Amino acid sequence: MTHDAGTVLTPAEQRDLRRLAGFMVPASAEYGMPGADDDAIFADIIRSLGRDLADVKKALGMLRELSGGVFADLDEAKAEAAATALLARKGGPITALGRAVLQCYYRDDRVFIALGLEPRPPFPKGHVLEPTDWTILEAVRARPRMWRDVDRREA
Amino acid sequence: MAAAASPHAVRPTDEMVDVLIIGSGASGAAVAWSLAETRMRILCLEQGDWIKPTDFPTNGRDWEARRFADFDISPNRRGRETDYPVNDDNSPMKVANFNGVGGGTVLYTAHFPRMHPSDFRVRTLDGVADDWPIDYWTLEPFFAENDRIMGIAGLAGDPSYPFHQPPMPPVSLGKTGMRYAKALNTLGWHWWPSDIAIATTEYEGRAKCINLGHCTPGCAQGAKASVDITYWPQAIRAGVELRTRCRVREIVTNEHGMAAGVVYYDPSGVERFQPAEVVILAANAVGTARLLLNSASSRFPNGLANSSGLVGRNLMVHPWPQVYGYIDEQVDGDRAPMTVMWSKEFYETDRSRGFIRGYTLQFARGTGPVNEAVTSMAAGRLPWGADHHRAFRTLFYKSLRVGVACEDLPEAHNRVTLDPVLKDSHGIPAPRIDYTVGENTQRMMEHGIARSVEILKAAGATQIHLPPPGILNSPGHLLGTARMGLDPERSVVNERGRTHDVKNLFIVDGSIWVTSGGVNPTSTIQALALYIADQIKERIATLFD
Repeated sequence: MTHDAGTVLTPAEQRDLRRLAGFMVPASAEYGMPGADDDAIFADIIRSLGRDLADVKKALGMLRELSGGVFADLDEAKAEAAATALLARKGGPITALGRAVLQCYYRDDRVFIALGLEPRPPFPKGHVLEPTDWTILEAVRARPRMWRDVDRREA
Repeated sequence: MAAAASPHAVRPTDEMVDVLIIGSGASGAAVAWSLAETRMRILCLEQGDWIKPTDFPTNGRDWEARRFADFDISPNRRGRETDYPVNDDNSPMKVANFNGVGGGTVLYTAHFPRMHPSDFRVRTLDGVADDWPIDYWTLEPFFAENDRIMGIAGLAGDPSYPFHQPPMPPVSLGKTGMRYAKALNTLGWHWWPSDIAIATTEYEGRAKCINLGHCTPGCAQGAKASVDITYWPQAIRAGVELRTRCRVREIVTNEHGMAAGVVYYDPSGVERFQPAEVVILAANAVGTARLLLNSASSRFPNGLANSSGLVGRNLMVHPWPQVYGYIDEQVDGDRAPMTVMWSKEFYETDRSRGFIRGYTLQFARGTGPVNEAVTSMAAGRLPWGADHHRAFRTLFYKSLRVGVACEDLPEAHNRVTLDPVLKDSHGIPAPRIDYTVGENTQRMMEHGIARSVEILKAAGATQIHLPPPGILNSPGHLLGTARMGLDPERSVVNERGRTHDVKNLFIVDGSIWVTSGGVNPTSTIQALALYIADQIKERIATLFD
């Protein structure tokens, strides 16, 4: 099986990204949250790279340089050090990497439910906004005119 | 150079129309609707598509992610087939737009303030820039007509404006708005619920808002007033023709120096010539300047209608720093329209503040989880790793955000030119933006940021995050590149929107603004377009004199 390295992540890049995603947003028993390296979430990340693919590949290339080898094969301490060093950097590839992970993580049903949200799109149900008691505007209503009547016509 | 001597010798030529409008956004739709009653043959060429309500992101679970993809506000990031690229590398303010039926109104927050009376008299009042050749009161009936057609929600009685009565009640403040309102009352500062182009009741066939929350990238409910669902259905019923996926390359002139029509690419990519008696540009301050500059010819070597040298210059874009605050309880988040209210406390000039002119403070609700995470990560307030989940819970649905909408004064060096290298998918030279934030605006921003911090503290924010240096929200307010004026040497169009140089060429979009005010521009852009259409109708027999 061959891969077009320019248009998809290679299997090696996918292994690195999956491990990195687990460092970025780890699972938490305390908060009842999956990690970003969860099967379903990671599959969504790979599927959804879209416009960020090239930058994510650049970020993974930087990670490989920081790792001195294959990031996915590093021991825990070295992997954490490399991930921390990468994520401390600034710039387009790191921003894109973060966006690629977060946009999929924070739409997962389990994450939604753990945050107290209904796992659904906004349409068609929408939301309810509490009504306003406009007496809160009384002090503002009482103010004199603020606009400058430069052309001297009556409002 | 345009093929001025024989514009349609080698191209298919379409049937002549009386009026050709280029662009179907806020101003193009309004002018088309107004002129339709003349029963002239009116055609609008639009480079983008119709967008169906089912296309909008809030229909699906990926609604937040699509704001970074096919509904991104940046044409460069969005990169649809119907977009053209913009080189904005040399500008801290990036271009935001949308290319489709409805233009920028498809991708806007629907915040709908008018310009203030003083905004038309900047030179007289404050000694800078120029006065407009028209005033607020000239536009007042067109503001009102536009409010009715677009369907505006708001509350009459704001002391910062001349009296006007929006046709629908305002959007509720919600928990987030109440926080702001109490804080501003404590400070004794002005605030008012925003005029907003969102139906809070059923209105003219439009469904009422059900708080989908993500108004900017299109409203699946149809409650947000984009012109594809307000003006265009009425204009088309009245006989106006709207052709999509038609990208205009240049305006061609004849031997009399009049606009003869346009060269455009049809949906299959065929280059065609569309003759017209009158051409109206409605392509925004980047698109219009680009088209005029791309229409250079032997008669107009510096670009069409550019004898003043001002086409493309005086670009104004509203630098808009945003200050975030986080409170200790969850409020509305993304569960209602983003914009809540405005404050005009610092709108009119007070020289003791260290700058002239002023700004609107605009108050926003929060965002959904993806946007909160992405924004907070980029700003450094959300960590990766073990502390991520705890930190996220201190942010999510707890945000307040104050935007400082600064008046951007016209400066000739802020401009649109043609990029020497970049081209769109049809090979048409793309626009380049060169822009720097002016000194007066810089001082205004600093003042507004400091006042925003005061408000957020009064609202109970415990974490306050200032905008990082050099990072400005870019609202896509594109203004000033073909300014209006009485003097042909100092302006591009006259007081009726007609170019000084070409007597059958009009401009109705934000290009013609003389100054920018400190407000979102759509309301005033549309009022101006209706006013110019009215002027055309009044002078139809002597239009080219």
